[in-house]
Amino acid sequence: MNQFAAAWQYILDPANRALILERTADHLFYTVLAVGFALLIAVPIGLWVGHTRRAADAVLAVSGALRALPSLGLLTWLTVELSFGVRMPVIPATIVLVILAVPPLLAGIVAGMVSVSPRVVDSARAAGFNERQILTRVELPLAAPVMVGGLRSCVVQVLATATVVAYIGLSGLGRYLIDGLALRDYPQMLAGALLVTALALVVDLVLAAVQRTLRPRGRAS
Amino acid sequence: MRWEWIGDNLGRIIDLTWAHINLSWPAILASFLLALPVGWVAHRYRAAREVLVIATGLLYVIPSLALFVVMPLIIGTSILSPVNVIVAMTLYGLALQVRSSADAFGTVPEDVRQAAVATGYPAWRRVLSVELPLAGPALLSGIRVVSASTISLVSVGALIGVSSLGTLFTEGFQRSFPTQIMVGLLGTVVLAVLFDAALVLLGRLLLPWARRVG
Amino acid sequence: MKIRLTTVTATTALLGLALTACSSTSDDPLATDSTGTAAADEDTIVIGTANFPESEIIGQVWAAALEDAGFDVEVSSAIGSREVYLRALEEGSIDIVPEYTGNLAQFYEADLAAGASSDDVFAALEGVLPEGITAGEYAEGESKDSYRVTRELADEHDLSTLADLNNLDQVRVAGNPELAERPYGPPGLTDVYGVDAAKITMVPISDGGGPLTVAALTEGTAEVANIYTTSPSLDSEGNEVDLVTLEDPEGMILPQNVLPLMRAGDVPQDAIDVITGVNGHITTDALVAMNLRNIGEEKAEPPVIARDFVDEHA
Repeated sequence: MNQFAAAWQYILDPANRALILERTADHLFYTVLAVGFALLIAVPIGLWVGHTRRAADAVLAVSGALRALPSLGLLTWLTVELSFGVRMPVIPATIVLVILAVPPLLAGIVAGMVSVSPRVVDSARAAGFNERQILTRVELPLAAPVMVGGLRSCVVQVLATATVVAYIGLSGLGRYLIDGLALRDYPQMLAGALLVTALALVVDLVLAAVQRTLRPRGRAS
Repeated sequence: MRWEWIGDNLGRIIDLTWAHINLSWPAILASFLLALPVGWVAHRYRAAREVLVIATGLLYVIPSLALFVVMPLIIGTSILSPVNVIVAMTLYGLALQVRSSADAFGTVPEDVRQAAVATGYPAWRRVLSVELPLAGPALLSGIRVVSASTISLVSVGALIGVSSLGTLFTEGFQRSFPTQIMVGLLGTVVLAVLFDAALVLLGRLLLPWARRVG
Repeated sequence: MKIRLTTVTATTALLGLALTACSSTSDDPLATDSTGTAAADEDTIVIGTANFPESEIIGQVWAAALEDAGFDVEVSSAIGSREVYLRALEEGSIDIVPEYTGNLAQFYEADLAAGASSDDVFAALEGVLPEGITAGEYAEGESKDSYRVTRELADEHDLSTLADLNNLDQVRVAGNPELAERPYGPPGLTDVYGVDAAKITMVPISDGGGPLTVAALTEGTAEVANIYTTSPSLDSEGNEVDLVTLEDPEGMILPQNVLPLMRAGDVPQDAIDVITGVNGHITTDALVAMNLRNIGEEKAEPPVIARDFVDEHA
């Protein structure tokens, strides 16, 4: 496996460091941008569906179906179909990543809300809490760990898929994959793969820690 | 959107669809079969479960393109071989299905399992005739996710010259021809829906009791 | 219950087998390969093509000509860049691939000075090809890499030859990722034309000189783009964009005549003769016209373009 050794050398080589850092930053930028927009979409819908418990199946089914869309296809289609797609590739890229990000996020939010026992919600209602207070003071704190779990899975997926935006000429760690692919330069491709995997792991661990701190204390089984 | 392009090129579109199907179903089947013993072990032994869940999670993060290109290095296939894609897809399918299998075996009610033990079923027969059928519905929903994911990811193989509906994406992109790309997208979605329907049908045939209960 | 299970499993297995059987048969000899149906018939000639449209068109032209002459042909499309399809050729997965004399000679490190003629290049090429690989006769038609800039930039900085790129403060070159490693790529700009290497950066775009590359120029993300001489410079709406091709007086970009690269002994002489025959009609103008049909407004498919070309010159 001297290709892996060569890949490792590639990453450690100080000549490549600046570009690696720049592309990692760009990669994170695309990810954060997409997750940000996904939150704007998924949070209101998820909270509404979770709180009112209506249309949960339909919403989850539609979002599950979106997951099956091939990202390469969506990406290329948006880029050539939109008149500004070729001039500003970050727009089709973000749209595709958002479409990918919403399903797991939505699923997590709804699952979290649904996991809150209706009896707890009813007792809160009986105690005089209004709907908004039930949401913020009862449902959210209890649902938080599961929701952050959804966020975790969402961010990791977007991060892994953001490699494909290099195909339409954007930056990010996917550049090492696409450029290495053209030359069948295995060390470069492996370096790219290792970097993306490492980045995803780090982000996942950070979010896992966040998830743990959100676990409500003093919770009866 | 030039609809007449579809008619003119139907032959090629169908060929690419068959290619796509033949890259997908072996991987889905292999993932399902291989995930059964692994998932069962993960369910039975807590320590194994932790390790396997982490390992499979790691696998899923590796970009598919990297895995396709590295395959010839690892399993010594030809550089153009579709086997590279099928094996990579099986690995991804495993990553998803092991988790589902472990959870599925967990849905088997403990008292039913105990009853089987008490009645004297030998271990392997218990697993095959009692635990497996009862885990069925959860296994099915797991493999449906694997199916959708596999059919979607196979298209990335077009970047390494393995023909599938994904080839329509790369060609359409180079020629700035949205119709071609859209046909590939629709084809992929239709395939995913057909595979899903087939799996649901299979589930109804093999697990008739699940419908009555649910 | 048990009986039902066995019946259903058996039926599913049979269905699975049926599926594989159905897909293996393909009536169209020009159908794209790599469908998992491995060893093609020993007598089938497999033509591989690279990951850009023109290669596919030329490959299909040869396929159409060979088919007319009675051969069994298969086309393995869009394999990838030179590194990939040459490996496929060496492995035996493909028998013939369209190539370009100059770039191929440089790839195998032939000793060629800038300014060589078509004959010089072909002679040098024959000397450096690896064991088991031969080249057929070259066609008149050429498709060279060329560096293009927008007319505005050319007027503003007085750009007419490649050396003039030094007039710019930064030289961002848009092109396929593999260009970075080619002798006529950024390294050549420095070595042959003395363009300051510090000014040059590569902007990799994977569409083989297509609309995305053209957009890089019009949007200002790159100063100069590598677009093949036979590719129309169209934007994403299909409109012709006014680009200036920078002159290459030193001949850094060698003559690039189309020629077939083959596995020695795997392609019968009759087949080679057929290809040589049809190559006689492949002129640069013919290549330009065929590319325009594929990428321009018409969006014709390579097999159709190829069939029309072969019929026209039959």
